[in-house]
Amino acid sequence: MSAAPQASPTATKISVERLDAWYGATHAVRGVSLEIPDRAVTALIGPSGCGKSTFLRCLNRMHELLPSARAEGRVLLDGEDLLSGEVDPVDLRRRVGMVFQRPNPFPTLSIRDNVIAGFKLNGMRGGRAETVERCLRQAALWDEVKDRLGASPLSLSGGQQQRLCIARALAVEPEVLLMDEPASALDPIATARLEELIHELKERYTIVLVTHNLQQAARTSDQTAFFYMGELAEAGRTEQIFTNPRERRTEDYVTGKFG
Amino acid sequence: MRLRRRLADLAMTGLCALAVGVALVPLASLLWLVVSRGLPGLTPAFLLGRPAPVGDPGGGVGNGIVGTFLMVGLASLLAVPIGVGAGIFLAEEGDGPLGRAIRFVAEVLACVPSIVLGIVAYAVVVIPMGHFSAIAGAVAMALLMVPPLARATEEFVRLVPGTLREASLALGVPAWRTSLRVVVRTALGGITTAMLLAVARAAGETAPLLFTSLNNQYWNLRPDLPTASLTVQIFNFAISPYESWHAQAWSGALALLLLVGVLNLLARFAARDRLGGGSR
Amino acid sequence: MAASLARLPTAAPSPRRSRRAGDRLWSVGLVAAGGAILLVAGLVILVLGRAAAPAFHALGVGRFLAGQDWDPVSGAFGALPFIYGTLVTSAVAILVALPVAVGLSLFLAEMGPPRLRPPVAFAIETLASIPSVIYGLWGLFVLVPWVRTTVEPLLGRLLGWLPLFTGPRIGLGYLSAGLILAVMILPTIAAVTQEVLRSIPPALKEGALALGATRWEMIRIAVLPTARAGILGATLLGLGRALGETMAVTMVIGNAPEIHASLFAAGYSLPAVIANEFAEATSPLHLSALAALALVLLGVTLVLNSAARVLVLLTSRRLGEAS
Ligand SMILES: Nc1ncnc2c1ncn2[C@@H]1O[C@H](COP(=O)(O)OP(=O)(O)OP(=O)(O)O)[C@@H](O)[C@H]1O
Ligand SMILES: [Mg+2]
Repeated sequence: MSAAPQASPTATKISVERLDAWYGATHAVRGVSLEIPDRAVTALIGPSGCGKSTFLRCLNRMHELLPSARAEGRVLLDGEDLLSGEVDPVDLRRRVGMVFQRPNPFPTLSIRDNVIAGFKLNGMRGGRAETVERCLRQAALWDEVKDRLGASPLSLSGGQQQRLCIARALAVEPEVLLMDEPASALDPIATARLEELIHELKERYTIVLVTHNLQQAARTSDQTAFFYMGELAEAGRTEQIFTNPRERRTEDYVTGKFG
Repeated sequence: MRLRRRLADLAMTGLCALAVGVALVPLASLLWLVVSRGLPGLTPAFLLGRPAPVGDPGGGVGNGIVGTFLMVGLASLLAVPIGVGAGIFLAEEGDGPLGRAIRFVAEVLACVPSIVLGIVAYAVVVIPMGHFSAIAGAVAMALLMVPPLARATEEFVRLVPGTLREASLALGVPAWRTSLRVVVRTALGGITTAMLLAVARAAGETAPLLFTSLNNQYWNLRPDLPTASLTVQIFNFAISPYESWHAQAWSGALALLLLVGVLNLLARFAARDRLGGGSR
Repeated sequence: MAASLARLPTAAPSPRRSRRAGDRLWSVGLVAAGGAILLVAGLVILVLGRAAAPAFHALGVGRFLAGQDWDPVSGAFGALPFIYGTLVTSAVAILVALPVAVGLSLFLAEMGPPRLRPPVAFAIETLASIPSVIYGLWGLFVLVPWVRTTVEPLLGRLLGWLPLFTGPRIGLGYLSAGLILAVMILPTIAAVTQEVLRSIPPALKEGALALGATRWEMIRIAVLPTARAGILGATLLGLGRALGETMAVTMVIGNAPEIHASLFAAGYSLPAVIANEFAEATSPLHLSALAALALVLLGVTLVLNSAARVLVLLTSRRLGEAS
């Protein structure tokens, strides 16, 4: 909150204003304000336990699923306040997709059905073969699985599973993609592929990426936000955060003095 | 001194090994006798016929098998939604006082003797209807099936990783569909195992049927009439004074053993190939 | 039509409303299923209580429980022969099954080769899954003759000076019923005992072995004392099963509402008399007396099972703290 959100080159997709989030008595996110630009990658970095995941999960209202969890403030998606009673979280989550730290494909569904799970589980049609192919291509997985779409997703490698989860998130045609340390369970090669993929996806989607890997943040993101003890310590263009941080804490963190 | 300690060790090891043998003797004897005495009479006519009067040749347990299937089917219709539903409730929302109370009561109910549950079914179904019936037997069986089903379902649902639920919710799938089509679907192998075990137990039950479904010499598919069951027929054959009926009791026992055995094998099989099931 | 729909005040699109309804329906269904379990428990108590009340009223609780005569025709309803028979047969079952189950569990867990475990475990599970009417059949035609021709003469010759082993040797009676119960509860006791043994921290055992103990000494010093409460719990669980077991006992106990000191004599048990007489009971008092017997059975079973659970829990909790 001390650092004013940097004016971004493109339009703002999500505008967070003085967001607070709690788990029972734990105050995990403290008065965070941040502008998230459209069709760009915003990286969230910071030491473990600083509230990155909690912040991210407020953006699609997954945070409120825990019985004791609570959030206050304003999260504007295209100007509409997500935390107000007007927005239905179930509808919202189709607009704001999420990819998790560990790949979590549905083990009871085939690869094909995993991609269109957003339709299938909702009892909707719309999961056509074209959708499957398009999303798998977008997720850069098509060539590897096109011959075994009926197989179990558990037969895929970890990196492939993670890309499958991305394809699954893309299939419901979200506007925003939230990724919480998506590469932490992947080896360097799979990670490199994932970063390439993120680079391609930002042409069409707004991406918010939590990562512990500073190089990854530097390589993939346009904007970087540094969280510290629940607060947003500093946010700005990635290049500026890594080369010329305004805050001492940020400098210490990005130069590896702590965390 | 050292020799004595050695000997004591050896003796106790021998005794414990003997215990293994002693435990297996009744099983071997029982299986052997049921097979050897039951097999000769286990003909298609026996499996498809109905009991013949004393002295007449032939006769079978077909109507009893049908009755057992009828009652087990009706009992499952009652017990599976309640047992599985309660199990899901306990797994997903069962950490509060209500959940704790239900869990405790289910555990207590699981050790109530089946004959006592038979009396409950008698009071709830037979007395209002005014006569014995298949549905009364089915209610008794259902009372027996619900508690173990609930506990097992809870266990298997709890094994489903929370990340799958999150993945589904994050796709904009509503909570109830997530519960049903992701969480329960993933635990289905385990739940199927629990159902098959409960069905096997119900199919082998005799005591509560004696005064709920009673018996019937004829074919019956109507739930509101007294019904034969394989177990009650075996019991009646066994305690009769006639040699030929004793032989039928053994054949009936073999048929029942096969039925229960197949159900148990299926249960193992269902547990094996699905996520979560293998841990038991 | 379209115009009138548009004028409806509901702003929410219908998928959202049906979703809300789905959520609500689903959780109401789950709560109802869970509540049904509470309902059943309430029903058990209510039904038995109401059915048993007339008997307790007409006969008096004390006189009913202590009465030694059971003759429905003349209206004599004393529960003691059944309570006695249930206790005696269960005691025999425990005395026989406990050493076998513990020996078997120790052998599997501590002594024998590990590859013996799966087949024996499978056999014991099979034993547990056999329907009780088949046990009764086997008991009636195999166990009873063996008891009559072999076990009873042997016991009579060796221990005939005890009143327990006197009188005519007919096979049908407490002894046969106890033995068949022993077979039936063996899987329960063995399974829980093995669970308890597995929960003993290896460090405890290694400590004993490091002191130069033989395997049996290690078991005596480190294993059995630690597992004692758990094994007692296993025993009580087995006992709970024995008390409620109906068919097998009915078929071999002789079904005589009498009390005898000798294990060779015919007797009766609580579940057996309910099984035999409930369908044919005609007088209301007779029915009520049978329900009262069921209530007694229920009470004893519940007390035993709670005690067993507490014991098993205490053991594992203590071990959890120790390790
Ligand atoms: N389910 C929960 N219940 C209670 N407190 C929680 C829960 N999840 C997180 N917290 C607390 O909230 C704070 C922020 O956690 P959060 O998971 O957002 O951190 P993070 O920045 O994502 O950390 P990491 O980099 O380790 O993933 C921490 O202090 C944590 O202990
Ligand atoms: Mg995190």
